[in-house]
Amino acid sequence: MVSAVPTPVKGDRSSTQGAPLRAWLQDITRASTSIFEGLAVTMSWMFRRPATIQYPDRIDKPVQEMLPDGYRGILEVDLLRCSGCMLCQRACPIDCLDIVVVKDPQTKGRFIERFDIDIGKCMYCGICSEACNFDALQHTTEFEGSATSLDDLLLHFATRPVPVSKHKAGQGPARRPQGSILREVIKPLYTRDKRTGVDHLAPAEAPPAPAKGDEE
Amino acid sequence: MNNLQGLADYAIRAWFSVPDPARWPYTWLVYLGFILLAGLIAVGFAAGFAGPMSFIERRIAGRMMSRIGPNRVGPQGIFQFIADGIKSLLKEDIVPAEADRPLFLLAPYLVFTGMFGTFVALPFAAHVIAADLDVGILWLLAIPSLVVVGLLMAGWGSNSKWAVFGGVRSAAQLVSYEIPSAFALLSVVLFAGTLSTQGIIAAQGPWPWEWFIFRNPLLFVTFFIFFISALAEGNRAPFDLPEAESELVSGYNVEYSGMRFVFFFFAEWANLWVMSALATTAFLGGWQVPGMPAVEIAAMTGWRFVGWEALSFLIFALKTSVLVFVVVQLRWTLPRLRVDQLMTTCWKYLVPLSLITLTGNLVLLALVPERGVVDWMMRGLMVLIAAALALRYLQRVRANYLADRENYRKMEGKELWYPPYRLP
Repeated sequence: MVSAVPTPVKGDRSSTQGAPLRAWLQDITRASTSIFEGLAVTMSWMFRRPATIQYPDRIDKPVQEMLPDGYRGILEVDLLRCSGCMLCQRACPIDCLDIVVVKDPQTKGRFIERFDIDIGKCMYCGICSEACNFDALQHTTEFEGSATSLDDLLLHFATRPVPVSKHKAGQGPARRPQGSILREVIKPLYTRDKRTGVDHLAPAEAPPAPAKGDEE
Repeated sequence: MNNLQGLADYAIRAWFSVPDPARWPYTWLVYLGFILLAGLIAVGFAAGFAGPMSFIERRIAGRMMSRIGPNRVGPQGIFQFIADGIKSLLKEDIVPAEADRPLFLLAPYLVFTGMFGTFVALPFAAHVIAADLDVGILWLLAIPSLVVVGLLMAGWGSNSKWAVFGGVRSAAQLVSYEIPSAFALLSVVLFAGTLSTQGIIAAQGPWPWEWFIFRNPLLFVTFFIFFISALAEGNRAPFDLPEAESELVSGYNVEYSGMRFVFFFFAEWANLWVMSALATTAFLGGWQVPGMPAVEIAAMTGWRFVGWEALSFLIFALKTSVLVFVVVQLRWTLPRLRVDQLMTTCWKYLVPLSLITLTGNLVLLALVPERGVVDWMMRGLMVLIAAALALRYLQRVRANYLADRENYRKMEGKELWYPPYRLP
């Protein structure tokens, strides 16, 4: 190989120029030793633990539990803490939240009639959950959102009208574990069998935790 | 009963009570039946090797890349190759509209035939060989050239730039590397004094110091020349330029689909066995069983004969498997060569080296009497050198492993040790 411009590279054979036989022998030596060393490196990997995590079934614990707290997975809303202020809907840059709050003309109570999150539209920016003052809307570490139908990506959290929560920020019923509400609502394939069948809109029985103004 | 014809004659005598098979009018029919049977067995062996090998190679590749590899189809994924085969079988067999149809359709079969033809003269065990040809080595050098024709036809017939490049590259590569590989085998032929593959094995012995590879320093070099040339002839990495994914998409087979595509890969993986078995035959003592000469096995009858034959096959298969593993490991160790580097390796390094070793071997053959003092000293020296190299290799593997063990434990909280027999 004769290149037009000789480029002096460290470890190049420029030092042996003018001695073709020596350069030739050096090439052979270098090739054999480097192949020998290379084989020793790859062989050592036969004895090392593979880095593969065998998602989804052959793992020690679910990936959802390995994810960090700040992970922005699929959104969920705890309607027992939601005040129906619609701050999140206003904050959402792509209108993936659809909230309808109605007023009962007799009791003057306000009800959340619809709280839909379109996870097909959501871009997981987290602005809505930051806007929420009541810790109601937040991201979970759930991420398995594949579904057989586009309609399944529209999550209906308000399966029946729920009275709005009237507690102040930092009070009210305890926030349920993240993901527990979403798993009852979501339809997509992989999370379906994780459902517990608990009605996520019913207030928890054991600790009643009735905030003062709660109706119903 | 040393070859297929002997077996057929024996069968004619035994089954049809014909005293002289040569004068019996239906002898050719029985011969034809035995040829078909031998062909079927050999195809069965090639398929039984190529299929699982495609799975094993992917598992080895996985471990070397810190992955696992296919492990979902069946226990540990051993049915992966069957799933792949069925998938390819069910796929549409597309012929491009602008392709040269007859050439395009014929090419995979030529490639396969070129690879499969070598099985005629390849020994398997002490007395298991399709035909112990007098010109065995010549046959083994000549018949793989059919692969070049097939690859060129595939490249040209596809009417695609990438395929043509792949075909032309493979032709240049195979034609070049046949020279050092032929010279390397010529040295062996000189020492053995025969071209027959069984004869070459018979000229060696069961113990390492009786193998041709350790007979003298030049034959040791010759082995590596042959091994590198065989790699290049088999289009194996790092010489897999004809199917360089990064530049030619997939080379000569880029336009193929379905079963025709599988034929190329079938030939490639079966070729792993062919080249390793050839290296084992020529340099590593073949099927020689320690403490049991082939003549004594031939004199045996019944199950004892079958048992010793099976043992000799196991020894042969073991040596071949070690070489196959090295070939696979090389593929995942070395990056692909450039075209000019490929040609440089052959014409500036391997051809002169093979000429030097051939001349040196001739001199040694003339000057050093076999089993004399000098001969034994050379053999002993070569075995010692090989043992030292093997020890050094193990030491380097261990050092590479130990270099990362502590860091891994600190970072992952787990032991790094995960030997190959522990299947994830």
